[in-house]
Amino acid sequence: MGFPLGIYLPIAEISVNIFVLFGMGAAVGFLSGMFGVGGGFLITPLLIFYNIPPAVAVATGANQVIASSFSGALTHFKRGTLDVKLGTLLVIGGVVGAAIGIYVFVLLRELGQLDLIVSLLYVVFLSTIGGLMLYESVQAMRRTRAGQLATLKRPGQHNWVHRLPFKMRFRASKIYVSIIPILVLGGAIGFLSSIMGVGGGFIMVPAMIYLLKMPTNVVVGTSSYQIVFVTAFTTVMQATTNQSIDIVLAFLLMSGGVIGAQYGARIGQKLRGEQLRALLALLVLAVGLRLAIELFVTPDDLYSVGLAVVTGAQ
Amino acid sequence: MIRAALSTLTLLASLSIAAAQQLPGNKETVEIGLSTDTIAITSGFRGTDLTVFGALDNADPLIQRQGRYDVVVVLEGPQRSFVVRRKDRYLGIWINAESVAFQNIPASYSLASTRSLQDIAVPKVFQQLGIGVYNMYYEPMPDGFDSSQSLKEFTAELPRLKLKQRLYTQRIGDVQFLSATLFRATLSLPANVPVGKHVARAFLFRNGEFLRESSTSLNILKAGLEFRIYRAANQYSLLYGLFAVFLAVITGWMGRLIFRKD
Repeated sequence: MGFPLGIYLPIAEISVNIFVLFGMGAAVGFLSGMFGVGGGFLITPLLIFYNIPPAVAVATGANQVIASSFSGALTHFKRGTLDVKLGTLLVIGGVVGAAIGIYVFVLLRELGQLDLIVSLLYVVFLSTIGGLMLYESVQAMRRTRAGQLATLKRPGQHNWVHRLPFKMRFRASKIYVSIIPILVLGGAIGFLSSIMGVGGGFIMVPAMIYLLKMPTNVVVGTSSYQIVFVTAFTTVMQATTNQSIDIVLAFLLMSGGVIGAQYGARIGQKLRGEQLRALLALLVLAVGLRLAIELFVTPDDLYSVGLAVVTGAQ
Repeated sequence: MIRAALSTLTLLASLSIAAAQQLPGNKETVEIGLSTDTIAITSGFRGTDLTVFGALDNADPLIQRQGRYDVVVVLEGPQRSFVVRRKDRYLGIWINAESVAFQNIPASYSLASTRSLQDIAVPKVFQQLGIGVYNMYYEPMPDGFDSSQSLKEFTAELPRLKLKQRLYTQRIGDVQFLSATLFRATLSLPANVPVGKHVARAFLFRNGEFLRESSTSLNILKAGLEFRIYRAANQYSLLYGLFAVFLAVITGWMGRLIFRKD
């Protein structure tokens, strides 16, 4: 009975149910449309829960992020809410960061610690981001209840970032800022993109608002622009160094994701922002918790066997 | 699924004639045959039984009647290097700690025998021949282990893990004599059977003494679209990566075209 729905993933080397993966893509796409995030940080852990090898989950996660970010970036480009100059600097930093990330990825794989580091990074990032979002949205809900207008304030005060050298003017963002934090931010996101299989929008967006003081309307577009290029670079790098991109898996997730995102965006417009953010925060925390539990629970089998990674030519 | 039937009687007939011609006199010989040298597995493959037919020639009728001939048939997969790791607890977290690397280890191993191995011969015989999951020699990489203590520990874990993954199987009693000379061995091909060259070998024993072996090879390969994708990812990895990016861009763009409201 299961046969017609089953599909063999050529790189992950397991048989999976088409509809589970399509549904997973659609559900994450729905959420990403609703909340305006890429969804890579949900897809990769979900794939790991579904027994996809972490190396394949990470690489394929980066691949599927391209699809959602591309349509987002295109929309913002047409509206003019995309800072190409700043975005390109982020891409330059991102490519360097991603290249370092791939190198670390290969190293961890050889050491047999890749799965652990991926899980640890997810636990740290998901619980931090989830916790912050939950705190922020609960505060916002309290304020609305108290009768004030819930707005994300853009702090006008300059911070230490604005005292750094090599300043450049960005017209679309209406800021005059050093290129150092931009390159560093791009690099950090690129690094995470290759190790965690995420676009990194969930870190980049707050960093752009609070660190670079960019106006919120250009933040999402510019972030999507960088994500498209960096995840594309990561995808090609993963394909050439680790051969861990599963194109069948990626396509199932993408097609589900693109459809889900459209409905998510429609629902998202009807719901209140802070409630939405609180919901997403809870979801992020739940995924983080699930991964954390796995690290602490005694495994069924303490021993494992895997193919030795052959280094160098043989 | 397995495409070809695995044996024909004509093949067996020719085998036994050839065997009889080669070794005149009262010398027992064993031959096995597969009617195909290639098995193509496709995406629906969930594992199957592989039947190997064989012939025993110049057998002593008296010993045969007493059932003192035993046959062990094994199918060894291609040799690979493996790492066995053990998780230890650090600060409450389970982390891969110690590991031992092995080389020239068959990626898969299926065995079928007339009786349990200890009933066929003494363990030393099987250790010398390297027959059986617990008698094979697991060769460590020269610098792949820390101490002889850990080597011993991990060498014991390797076959256990392989058996658990069903890549190693041992089927007692699944070599059956169909007649005085013909026997049939049923081996397991697991769903995750490694592709490459497999070697089928038959070992003949008489009264607990090893007499002779014969072997034949079998090529297992993946067929269909999935395999072409797999091959593309490995051989043309740059093009494959670029195509993956292209596919994502097209999918994202199509989504916008289909659903756009403005």
